[in-house]
Amino acid sequence: MFSWELLGDAIVLGVLVGCFYAAVSIGLSISFGLLDVPNVAHPALLVLASYGAWLLGDFDIDPIVAGLLLMPPFFVLGVVLYRTYHETFEKRGSDAGVRGLAFFFGIAFIIEVGIIMAFGVDQRTVQAIYIGKSVEVLDIRIPMRMVVAFAMALLLTLALTLYLSRTFLGRAIRAVAQDEAALRLMGADPIAIKQWAFGIATAVVALAGALLIIVQPVEPTLDRAYIGRTFCVVVMAGLGSMSGTLLAGIILGVAETIVLTLFGASWAPAISFTLLLIVLGVRPQGLFGR
Amino acid sequence: MGSGRIHRRTAVAGALAAGLALPVRAQQGPVKIGMSMPLTGGLAAGGKSALVGIEVWRDDVNEKGGLLGRKVELIVYDDKSSAAETPAIYSKLLDVDKVDLLFAPYATVPTAPIMPMVKQRDLLLMGNFSFQVNRTVKHDKWFNNAPWGPADSWARGFIDLGMKAGAKTIALIGADQEFAQNLMKIAKDVATEKGVKVVYEQSYPPATAEFSAMVRAIRAARADMVFVCSYPPDSVGLLRAINEIGIGDSVRLFGGGMVGLQFSSVMESMGSLLNGVVNYNSWLPEKSMEFAGTKDFFVKYQKRAGEAKVDPLGYYLAPFGYAMGQMVEQAANATKSLDHKKLADFLRSNEMMTIVGPIVFGPDGERKESATLMAQFRGVVDKNIEQFRNPGKQIILFPEKWKTGELVQPFEKARK
Repeated sequence: MFSWELLGDAIVLGVLVGCFYAAVSIGLSISFGLLDVPNVAHPALLVLASYGAWLLGDFDIDPIVAGLLLMPPFFVLGVVLYRTYHETFEKRGSDAGVRGLAFFFGIAFIIEVGIIMAFGVDQRTVQAIYIGKSVEVLDIRIPMRMVVAFAMALLLTLALTLYLSRTFLGRAIRAVAQDEAALRLMGADPIAIKQWAFGIATAVVALAGALLIIVQPVEPTLDRAYIGRTFCVVVMAGLGSMSGTLLAGIILGVAETIVLTLFGASWAPAISFTLLLIVLGVRPQGLFGR
Repeated sequence: MGSGRIHRRTAVAGALAAGLALPVRAQQGPVKIGMSMPLTGGLAAGGKSALVGIEVWRDDVNEKGGLLGRKVELIVYDDKSSAAETPAIYSKLLDVDKVDLLFAPYATVPTAPIMPMVKQRDLLLMGNFSFQVNRTVKHDKWFNNAPWGPADSWARGFIDLGMKAGAKTIALIGADQEFAQNLMKIAKDVATEKGVKVVYEQSYPPATAEFSAMVRAIRAARADMVFVCSYPPDSVGLLRAINEIGIGDSVRLFGGGMVGLQFSSVMESMGSLLNGVVNYNSWLPEKSMEFAGTKDFFVKYQKRAGEAKVDPLGYYLAPFGYAMGQMVEQAANATKSLDHKKLADFLRSNEMMTIVGPIVFGPDGERKESATLMAQFRGVVDKNIEQFRNPGKQIILFPEKWKTGELVQPFEKARK
């Protein structure tokens, strides 16, 4: 059933959903896009952060604040994860990528089973003043939780873009992504920089996990639903591009929502991979890759 | 002594040869009841709760002196909510543990693969809340404890309620999974049969994260009733989106087959968002649903549920686990036997009195008459699990014999 009103609604909602996809993918854009670490545990870390926000909710802490509070411990977790990955896989040779994949799959399973053992299989939700309410803009009722996700995605993208382009460490992270050997020749320690960057990527996941539980209920195996979407957004954007991640997320969100509204929900999951195939076919370096 | 042993061995060998192994084992030791149960994985929340219900029955029957004078022992293995696990588990229960009776695991998916085996070995299997697993197998010793009855009972109850409220059109939405799709197809058939026009039909993939777009499309279709076949995460997502976007004034009835709204954790987290939804259920704490032993059971269950960290209310599954034991107990006491054929004959031809009401089976081993409830959430407040312990929060609208109130409509009014 087609109507211009439904199409307009779908585009507006798609932008909001797309920004949410960008927010949950942007950490991966650093770890996989810039550092070339096959971090398939990214969605599991996302769900772990959601459970953290849920736990802090018992103390009447707002989910966004909870996400911010979780950032330092997640930073440390990221540093430990990268150091373990580096010592056991990365520095041992050329097949690090494949073996690293197994390592991060293992981490994802441990997180998933750990959550089940600690909190059971029930789905969890949080309460906040912006959950369950909506705002009306141009005759379109928009869920407040999606507006929050939209705003946080913009802020995260802006903050990370500024950090990576204006700070010394940020530029060092970009340098290690471009030419690790050249950086080493200049006397810098690329491993320490990658470790720092992976810590930042994981800290960002903490905030994104809080957004996830704001947008939808979470349960231990939810990570499986996000593995395809997050990797699709990052690869489609062009590895390592922060603004590209935001735009790729929006493209995916709008395409999915239009298909879901006007053509049938069953086709929606195919959209991400169809877009990915088209982009890789036409522009292999991604939409915003160099 | 020696000759006695030889005599017994000969008897056992003879009985085995005659295919009567189970009644002979029944002469010794405790009565072993074997089952797998989803204690981990996606079905674990329900499986654990159902098992506590069965354990309460075991302790009650043992307190009364056991089954035919023998203690009841449960042998339970975790099937991890997986259909791949159950055939091997039930083979082990029969061939290694040598159990006397079998209970099925909770839910359709783990039960379906063991149906051919129990039919082949001609064994009694007490079903545990599965849906239509015997439809093609046609085993004559299958008896399901679930209240479903005929396959179309959920949809028929809902659509009848809607038609009484003046609904002439229906929207159908459901998850893209077998159970939900079957239910949706049945609802479409019932709607067509009754002359209700289907104005919107949509399946969505299980990983759908955001339902706002779908809710907008349903609203645009201006259906009089919306039949939803959803799983727990989708049920929550849909209700949230409806609260935010609104479903429109045309909708008189919303709900039907939403899985998850029966579980305490979901009910507590959804709170007031549940108001107005008319959904299926199995047992509710309404006056019309109190039978002999019901209150005592819930006192015992809820005490254990806290210790076992399972559903603290346990209305949906646990009393039916207990009822499963009660039915076997009544059949064994009446026939003075654990012979599967005798037990099955009794179960097939008698009315069993249980804590969830009287149960009569049809020829397919499902309830002869549906006891599936359609109830409307009313006056639910946020963050309060205790409210659900009292009558009045889920008004039973169907079936007529257990009705405790009238439908409040339209849906948007009932939500307030």
